Amino acid sequence: MSDASKPAKKDADGEVRRIKAPVKLDYTVTAGLALSRFLKGVTAGKLLGQRCGVCSKVYVPPRGGCPTCGVGMGEQVEVKDTGTLTTFCIVNVPFEGQTMKLPYVYGLIALDGADNALHHLILAPPEEVRMGMRLRAEWVPPESRPASMEAIRWFVPTGEPDAPWDSYKEHL
Amino acid sequence: MSPREIAIVSYASLLAVPGEPQRDEVELLLPVVTEAVARSGIPKRELGFTVSGSCDYLGGRPFSFVMALDAIGAWPPIAESHVEMDGAFALYEAWVRLQCGDVDSALVYAFGRSTQGDLGRVLAQQLDPYTLSPLWPDDTALAALQARALLDRGRVSERDFAAVAARTRGGDADELVQRPYTVAPLRAHDRGTVADGAAAVVLAAGDLARKVCKRPAWIRGIDHRIEQHQLGQRDLTRSVSTALAGERAGVGKGPVDVAELYAPYTHQELILREALGLGEGVEVNPSGGALAAHPLMVAGLSRFGEAAERIIDGSANRAVAHATSGPCLQQNLVAVLEAAP
Amino acid sequence: MSGRACAITGIGQTKHASKRDDVSIAGLCREAALRALEDAGLSFADIDAVVIGKAPDMFEGVMMPELYLADALGAVGKPMMRVHTAGSVGGSTAIVAAHLISSGVHERVLTVSFEKQSESDAMWALSHKYPFQPPLMAGAGGFFAPIVRSYIKRSGAPLDTGIAVAVKDRLHALKNPYAHLTLPEISNDMVKASPMLWDPIRYLETCPSSDGACALVLTSAQAARRAPGKPAWVRGTSMRTEPAVFAGRDQVSPRAGRECAADVYRQAGVSNPSKQIDVAEIYVPFSWFEPMWLENLGFAEVNQGWQKTMDGSTALGGALPINPSGGVLSSNPIGASGMLRFAEAAMQVRGQAGAHQVDGARMALGHAYGGASQFFSMWIVSSERE
Repeated sequence: MSDASKPAKKDADGEVRRIKAPVKLDYTVTAGLALSRFLKGVTAGKLLGQRCGVCSKVYVPPRGGCPTCGVGMGEQVEVKDTGTLTTFCIVNVPFEGQTMKLPYVYGLIALDGADNALHHLILAPPEEVRMGMRLRAEWVPPESRPASMEAIRWFVPTGEPDAPWDSYKEHL
Repeated sequence: MSPREIAIVSYASLLAVPGEPQRDEVELLLPVVTEAVARSGIPKRELGFTVSGSCDYLGGRPFSFVMALDAIGAWPPIAESHVEMDGAFALYEAWVRLQCGDVDSALVYAFGRSTQGDLGRVLAQQLDPYTLSPLWPDDTALAALQARALLDRGRVSERDFAAVAARTRGGDADELVQRPYTVAPLRAHDRGTVADGAAAVVLAAGDLARKVCKRPAWIRGIDHRIEQHQLGQRDLTRSVSTALAGERAGVGKGPVDVAELYAPYTHQELILREALGLGEGVEVNPSGGALAAHPLMVAGLSRFGEAAERIIDGSANRAVAHATSGPCLQQNLVAVLEAAP
Repeated sequence: MSGRACAITGIGQTKHASKRDDVSIAGLCREAALRALEDAGLSFADIDAVVIGKAPDMFEGVMMPELYLADALGAVGKPMMRVHTAGSVGGSTAIVAAHLISSGVHERVLTVSFEKQSESDAMWALSHKYPFQPPLMAGAGGFFAPIVRSYIKRSGAPLDTGIAVAVKDRLHALKNPYAHLTLPEISNDMVKASPMLWDPIRYLETCPSSDGACALVLTSAQAARRAPGKPAWVRGTSMRTEPAVFAGRDQVSPRAGRECAADVYRQAGVSNPSKQIDVAEIYVPFSWFEPMWLENLGFAEVNQGWQKTMDGSTALGGALPINPSGGVLSSNPIGASGMLRFAEAAMQVRGQAGAHQVDGARMALGHAYGGASQFFSMWIVSSERE
C-alpha cells in the first residue's frame, strides 16, 4: 500500500531518529464561477476580465469578488493579449514541476485594458528583459489548448519601444 | 474585572449539501458576509475587528484564507486575524478582542469545502504524526471506537443513535437501526453529511448591540477546553472538556430552551448532552446540526449562529452553543446566549 | 495598549538549526516552552491557557497540530488556540496571547510558535502544481524578487544595499547563541559571489530554512510581581491586513504596514520612532526588505531607507540597531520567526540579550509580516510599564 511508512532506518548509534510517512491526498478542485468563464475564454484564445461595478477596476483573470470592495464582479470585459512587463525575477532555482530551462524569467504583466498585473513566464534572454518591456502572449495551438493559464505558453517581446514609467508605476 | 457585554447581532450562512459544484470559496463566502454585515446594521468599514476560521487541508492548498479575503474587501486595511480552527474559535478570539474595550464590533467568518478531498483520509492528518497518522485511521473508525465504548457502558443502545438521526435528519428510528453498518457499530445515518459551506456572524458590544438589534443574543459565558490527544488516555464515553467548559460558561445557572451542539456523529450528541446536563426538555439541534450538513470549520460557527438566531427571533430566551475540534470530541467550546444581558 | 497591563515575564527559544532530528515536533516546542517557564519561575501547572502559532500545516504535514501538542504543552484541561496569519503568525500569536491578558480573561498565558521545516518540504508546500496555473516561481524568493526589483528602481538604491544587510545580520548572529547560521567568514565578497537564485536576490541574501520554536509567558501586572526577573511591558499591539492582489496596490510599501505602525506608535506614545525606539527586530527574510521596511515603518523617508543601511545606522552600535539577533536572515523557523522578533525586542528591554544587547535599550519594536506583504503584526515593548 502506497501509504505504508517505510521501515525506519537506524543511525550508526542504533537510535531511530526519523521515519518516513508518505502522504498522498487527492482533491477535486472547483475553479469557481468567475474563473470558469475566464478559462472557457482562454480555450477560445480570449482573455475575459470583469469590471467591478463599484470601483470600475478591471481584473484579469476575474476574481470571485472585488478585492478592495468585497462585492461580486460585474460586466465582462475582453482585454488584449498584449501588455507591459511591470517587474520580474530571473529564476535560477530548480524545483519540482518546473517546465522551463534555467535561468528563465517570470514577471508581472499589466495587460492592455486590465487594472491588475498577472504573473506569467517571459520567453526572452534574461539579460535583455527590462521593466516596461512590451509583451504579447504566445498561445498554445487551439487543438491542444488547456482550460488553464497554461493556454498561454509564455509572453514574448513585441519589439515596440518600452512603456513609459508613469504608465505602469501603479502596478508595483 | 467583570466581562464586557458582548452579543451576536446577526448571522448568515450558506450550506451546500452534499457539496458545492461550481462556486469557489470566495463565491460561497461573499454573499454570506454581505448578508451578515447588512443584517447587523453596522457599516462594514466601521467593524472594529475581523477574524476567520478555516483549514488549508480541506482544499489541499496552503494559505487558503488569503484568497478568501477577496470576499470581505479588506481595503482600506483592516485589523484582522485568522485561526486554523473552526470559526467558533475565531468567534472566541473576537470575544476576547472586544473584552479589551477599544473596539465595539467584530466580523467573524468561516468557510470550508470539506467535499474536495476524502475527508476520512484528510482528517487522519490531524493525528499524532509519529504514532497514529501513519496508520491512517479515518474519523469514522475512531468515532466507532467511541460509540462502541459508549454502548459497552450500557446506558444507551444503537437505537438511541438512530433516534438522534431520525430527529435531526428525518426517518424512523426503528427502521434506521435495521440498516447495515458502515463501520460497526455506526451506520450511514450516524455520520454527518459532509458538505461545503460558509458562515458569518457579527458581534457588537453593549450600547452598540442594543442600538442595532432588537433582541441581541448576549454571550453570558464562554469557555473552551482541550483534552489528551491519545484516545487511550481519556474516557471516550464522557466529554470532560465539554463539562468543564459548560460549567465555566454557566450552562447550569438557568433553564436552557435550545442547544445547538456540534456533534458530527449521533452518539456524540448523547455524550455532549450528558456533559452539559441538558435534560429531556431541551430542544437540541433544531437546525439539523452537523448531522444534516457538516462543513468542517463552519459547523461550529453555525451552531453559534443558529443558537443566536433563536434568541434574536424571540423563540428562545436562553440557548447553549457548542463547537468541537479533533478526533472524538478532543476539544470543546461552550457558550451561553441569553436575551437578557 | 487597551485594557489591563500585560507583562512578558518569560522568554524561551530553541537552538535553531536546519535539522533538529534530536527532537520531535513536540520536543522542539517543549524546549522553548520550558525555557520560557523557567525564566518566568513557573511550571505548566501555573498556566491558564496556551496559544500556539505556525505557518501552513503542510510544512510539517500535521493538520491542526494543537490537537497533537495539547499534552506536550501542558494544555490538557485548559483553553488552547492556534493562530495562522501566514508569515506574520509568530507576531499575531503573541498578540492574541497578550489580548488574553489585557482583556482580563486570564492571568498567565503561555504562547508558543514553531516550524520544523525539516519534517516536510516547505518549498513543495509553497510551489506545488495547482490546477489552472502554470508553475512559475520557486518558493517565496521567486515571489518577492520582483518586488525587490521594484524597490531598487523606485529608490535608486545602490545594488550592494542587499549585500550590506546580509553581512551585517550574519555578523550580528555570531553574537547570538541560538542563531542557526554562523558564518564567521562572512564578507561583502562572499555574499556577492554567492549564486544569484532569484535575480536580484542572491543565495546569501536569503533566509535559511530552520527548525525552531519560540515561547513567551505573558502575565497580568499582579502576576508579574511574583516573577523572578524584570518583566518587559507590552505598550502597544497591532495587526493590519490588506488583499494580496488589487489594482494600484503598493507592494513595496504596503499601506497596511504603514497603518499598523501608526497604530502601534499611537498606543505607545511614539511620535518620532527613530528617536524614541532604541532597537527594532523586524522581519527581513530577504536582505533588501530592511531598507524597504525602514521606510514603511517611518524610520526613514520614502526611497531613503537604504541610506541608513549603508551608513551603518542599523548595525549594533549604530543609531538604530536593526535585528541585533541576526534576524530572519540568520534563523528562519517560519512560524516562529515573527515571535522571535517580538521576543528579541522584549529581551532587549529586559537587558537579557547578552552579547547582542543594545546598551540601555528601553523601548523596542517587534515586527512581522506575511502573505504577499499584506499581513502585518507589531508590538512595542518597554522596560517601563507606563
